[in-house]
Amino acid sequence: MGHMEYFTQQLINGVTLGSIYGLIAIGYTMVYGIIGMINFAHGDIFMVGSFVGLIALVVLGVSAATPFFLLILALLVVIAIAMALTAVWGWTVERIAYRPLRGSFRLAPLITAIGMSITLQNFVQISQGARVKPVQPIITGGYSLMEKDGFVVQISNIQIIIVVLTVILMAGFTTLISKTSLGRAQRACEQDARMASLLGINVDRTISLTFVMGAALAAVAGVMFVLYYGVIDFYIGFLAGVKAFTAAVLGGIGSLPGAMLGGLLIGLIETFWSAYFSIEYKDVAAFSILVIALIFLPSGLLGRPEVEKV
Amino acid sequence: MANTTGESALDTGAVGAEIEDERRAEAVRGEPPFTEHPASGDRLAAALKDAVIAGLIALALAGPMVGLRTETAIGGLSLSQHWLPVAVIVAVVFLGRLLLNLFVWRTGGRTKPITATSFRLLPSGEQLEKWRWPGLVAAIAFTIVMPFLPFADRYWMDQAIVVLTYCMLGWGLNVVVGLAGLLDLGYVAFYAVGAYSFALLATNFDLGFWVCLPMAGILAAGWGLILGFPVLRLRGDYLAIVTLAFGEIIRVVIINWYDFTNGPDGISGIPRPTLFGIPFERGDDGFAAVFGLEYSSIQRIIFLYYIILVLALVTNFVTLRLRRLPVGRAWEALREDEIACRSLGINTTNTKLTAFATGAMFGGFAGSFFATRQGFISPESFTAIESFIILAVVVLGGLGSQLGIVIAVIFLNTAFEVLRGLDEYRMLIVGLMMVLIMVWRPRGLVSTRRPSVTLSGRAKAVRGELVGEGSG
Repeated sequence: MGHMEYFTQQLINGVTLGSIYGLIAIGYTMVYGIIGMINFAHGDIFMVGSFVGLIALVVLGVSAATPFFLLILALLVVIAIAMALTAVWGWTVERIAYRPLRGSFRLAPLITAIGMSITLQNFVQISQGARVKPVQPIITGGYSLMEKDGFVVQISNIQIIIVVLTVILMAGFTTLISKTSLGRAQRACEQDARMASLLGINVDRTISLTFVMGAALAAVAGVMFVLYYGVIDFYIGFLAGVKAFTAAVLGGIGSLPGAMLGGLLIGLIETFWSAYFSIEYKDVAAFSILVIALIFLPSGLLGRPEVEKV
Repeated sequence: MANTTGESALDTGAVGAEIEDERRAEAVRGEPPFTEHPASGDRLAAALKDAVIAGLIALALAGPMVGLRTETAIGGLSLSQHWLPVAVIVAVVFLGRLLLNLFVWRTGGRTKPITATSFRLLPSGEQLEKWRWPGLVAAIAFTIVMPFLPFADRYWMDQAIVVLTYCMLGWGLNVVVGLAGLLDLGYVAFYAVGAYSFALLATNFDLGFWVCLPMAGILAAGWGLILGFPVLRLRGDYLAIVTLAFGEIIRVVIINWYDFTNGPDGISGIPRPTLFGIPFERGDDGFAAVFGLEYSSIQRIIFLYYIILVLALVTNFVTLRLRRLPVGRAWEALREDEIACRSLGINTTNTKLTAFATGAMFGGFAGSFFATRQGFISPESFTAIESFIILAVVVLGGLGSQLGIVIAVIFLNTAFEVLRGLDEYRMLIVGLMMVLIMVWRPRGLVSTRRPSVTLSGRAKAVRGELVGEGSG
């Protein structure tokens, strides 16, 4: 098989995986930007999102046999349901675990986040069972791009959907942050929450909406994960969460394009490492890159260096 | 939940948080007499509306996740329906919220910030001070005679060993997080290094526990330095994520380096500790025969208990003494203000590295004890959740407080044991409890700290809020 072909195939796989990480990473980076805390429960919000999506898929009875237009419609409905319900989860977690601790000691919300993460995992384990949930492939088919010596480079429909959806969401999201009044309020809170509140911005509401938006994007990532991998369980949130957070830090935490870039990089590193070196050490590779990147660029690739004031 | 408009603008912002907390506490304490209560009809209506909203949210959360359970079936997934639990959850949330609104939160729909509770779980600093030495002596005396007390059977001894192991881990991590203010989320890595060092040295070179114990400590401290070095420039959450990554890297390497660590199968046949060469087993050379006692397996357990007791007490003692040495004072200075530290000529690199190495060393000791106690170790014992639990113990107890860690460990362990019958609901409740305790007491269960240095020479306990939290 040709090297070029193999490389292209891995590139496609890596970009798909990176898109999923990027969508989760946005939730981390926005929350960090606005209140400066690691929302450790975000990985589990992604997991809840994937379960809500799965339940919606089963309720609607979507399968590979569904006609094309109905399938698209059903998928949109599933994504909308997952986004809405997961957003409620995100809002509730913020309300219970983080808001009472606003302005308090830095480590306290970190511990409540860990507590929430444990709670969500066990809640799903009890309510949905501990065993893995296999899903029949729903979106099938794809295109062959090139072929050499029997090795076919393929891009599947689901990969196209994931990447396109991510690009659309990213574009919409960037517009929301840079153009709308909500985005302006968010950026104001990020810079100086007290000043923003003096200027009449409801800081609590803005922070809640940040969690809601982060959770909704994580839900999209969750639905895509179900469709792409076809297997989920209550524990997927931890590793995906750590990877996505790694992506957010790598890209420069607090920066939206950084989160997307970091997600893509982590996805690519993981895929290429698995393809060319060893699949066992792919997590080690991703984390090592993070460590090395941070040693040379302590505030990430696109992050602003922190200015220390005395 | 609900009432999003209640909190004032002052509730946000981290600048001058201590002063702000104080003011807010004052404000809340002074509140009830001055707040006009709305007419009772209005209050009932408001409370009902609030409870209905809470109930609807609970329905949205629990409805699909609990009501519709996906089951693996032939040809895909099927759904089974469980609407009774959903109804129970929604009813509990609705009624709970309604009752809280009517009888607990009496200030007319305004939720009190729970953070500002002014009552104390423990007696105040001065009272605590009086009982410091008698209490300490009594506690140590109790732990020494405990194995011979009538209730101390196998179960209680095992629990005591677990509690002491976690106390030791907590005290070790406290050096890094509580004293030096460096947030370390990968502490379990050093625990693993200690356990694997001992296990590998013992199984490959036939070395005993007492020879390996210092070596495991040194190796773990060495890893502390290796991991500490690259993260010196990082601060705050960057440090947290890198230490978390290191913890995961070590675990993944242990799983995959099959030739060396036996991978996921783990290492078995780890030797048990001996008392000056006398093993704790049946037979003529065994402990029971040498001392003319009846053989019983509890003797070994009691011996293990004393080992971990001594190790834990040494950890605590060394930490307390280190706090009085220049290096310990430098740790605390680093936590309070890194820039001031540098301006005064303290070498922050060395200070951070010694903190990492010291904490790691204690973790290594605890790890080799864990290995010799279990006789079998595998990577499953060293997951990130273990790091989180140790960190939770340190923070729940009260960052920097040695006593707080003991209280938190005993509390969590008791919770685990009491909830054992609830099976799968156990972790769910423990997770929720972590959240509630932290919301109730963000600075931990012990509310006072003793300063290491004072001008007058007489240490007087201060409020935990006055102690810095570090930015590293």
